[in-house]
Amino acid sequence: MSPTIEVTGLGKSYGSEPVLASLDLVVDGGVLALLGPNGAGKTTLVSILTTLVKPDSGSARVLGHDVVRDAAAVRRLVRVTGQASSLDELLTGRENLVLLGRLLGLGRRAKPRADELLERLDLTAAGGRSVRGYSGGMRRRIDLAASLIAPAGVLFLDEPTTGLDPTSRARVWEDVRELAAAGTTVLLTTQTLDEAEALADRITVLDHGRIVADGTADELTALVGGQTVVLLDAAGTVIGQSETDGTPASVARALTALDPGNVEGARIELRSPTLDDAFAAITTRPREEVAA
Amino acid sequence: MSTATLQTDDHRPGPRPTAAARPATGTSPLASSGIFIGRSLVHSMRDGEGLIMAIALPVILMLLFTTVFGGAIQGEGYIDYVVPGIILTCAGFGAASVAVSVSRDMTAGAMLRYRTMPITAATAIVGHVVASVVRNLVATAVVIGVGLAIGFRPTADAVGWLGAVGIVTLWILAVTAVFALIGLVAGSPEAANGYGFVILFLPYVSSAFVPIETMPEWLHGVAEHQPVTPIIETIRGVLMGGETRALEAVLWCLGIVLIAGVLAAWRFPRTRVR
Repeated sequence: MSPTIEVTGLGKSYGSEPVLASLDLVVDGGVLALLGPNGAGKTTLVSILTTLVKPDSGSARVLGHDVVRDAAAVRRLVRVTGQASSLDELLTGRENLVLLGRLLGLGRRAKPRADELLERLDLTAAGGRSVRGYSGGMRRRIDLAASLIAPAGVLFLDEPTTGLDPTSRARVWEDVRELAAAGTTVLLTTQTLDEAEALADRITVLDHGRIVADGTADELTALVGGQTVVLLDAAGTVIGQSETDGTPASVARALTALDPGNVEGARIELRSPTLDDAFAAITTRPREEVAA
Repeated sequence: MSTATLQTDDHRPGPRPTAAARPATGTSPLASSGIFIGRSLVHSMRDGEGLIMAIALPVILMLLFTTVFGGAIQGEGYIDYVVPGIILTCAGFGAASVAVSVSRDMTAGAMLRYRTMPITAATAIVGHVVASVVRNLVATAVVIGVGLAIGFRPTADAVGWLGAVGIVTLWILAVTAVFALIGLVAGSPEAANGYGFVILFLPYVSSAFVPIETMPEWLHGVAEHQPVTPIIETIRGVLMGGETRALEAVLWCLGIVLIAGVLAAWRFPRTRVR
């Protein structure tokens, strides 16, 4: 059986600006997070895999179908929830799902399927209301549900929680977890390490159109290093720090090592690795360039 | 060159994706057109303000021309002169909203989703165009009804009426096609709304409201040869009796539809998606 996604030597430039540089990637089921800052090429990769954009070089196959030569077959298998809302503002959430279901060829099954889906995601009440009145979080969840109206070969979620408040973010996470548990292959893009860690079996870090690291969350965290105990003075300036592996024993050792002496108002913070730290550890380039 | 391989079978037992075995069938261009027409008609019904504007504006315009300006312009019989002109102007008002509908689809994420689906995405625009024609025909019927109520007395027989409806439908289609193209090109729904005003002024520089002879001489060439004049003369001719410029009118409408259609077909796949 063909891998879910198979990308070979994929390249894409906009003008003279290379966005993807000879990218190779194989995904075979599960949930993959593409992690990277703005401009890393995440959305471009999703656009190519979903037939919206043609690559300049290399090839990409989804469930064995070439995204350029066999775009029609790919479109029958992929579902995408992009960054911009795809919902029709003048329709209700349920009507949006039914519309997409009918376009996908569900015919009369579209309505019962929409109801069933809304119920499963606990969105029945929202489904009856006009999209116009939705909050950002509700919009995103219904947009995600819209991608599930017909069975998907692969589900692409482009920054599914960017711009959402913490509660909505948690609900979207729940939705994605439920899909993954049901066996749907998901490729999601994200800018935050904690999202990748929370949802994905495997994390691929993309930067400047190249894959700079990939592995499970644990493997990446090992690359980044453990938590750091930081000693601050009253003004918040770092006056000492000590690396730990996160265990109580090592934190205790670090605390002892960081004797604040007689500094007035000194305090301790436990810092977890951030995406910036991940990039600093993963790439050898200066941080400013990576964060660009 | 970098490589990443994801094999989840080893550490993630559970059901394999089975969806791949039964991909979505999608819909034919004809079927998706039908679905999108239904969607756009629902829009028309839901967008209360838009619907009121599409019907109330032409009616207000007609009352304005027949009662306020009418006496000063031509006195008795002006209503029979001006109603055909109002019908054309009304078509323009109603069609303008297509630019906004199309632009909304193009600039939000809706068209991106349609383009990743097993359908002909451009049929979303067909839906907007057909719904606009239906909406405008309804508005036209209301305008004619109000006209009849306040003294519009056409002399046409059934064939004449059929001809008038035919030419009005063609004109609505032409204006709608132009507005759809504007919606396709405009950067935002607001901009799309703004561009449309140019077309709405066309009827004023034609024989719709006053005879061309009464305009300054330098305007005669423009007024005589712009598309609205032959169309208006044809509607007036078939409804009130008198000369028509039917061939010219039909050619103008079909020409506009053809050119707008070709430009739209060229532009649509070139719209930047990222």
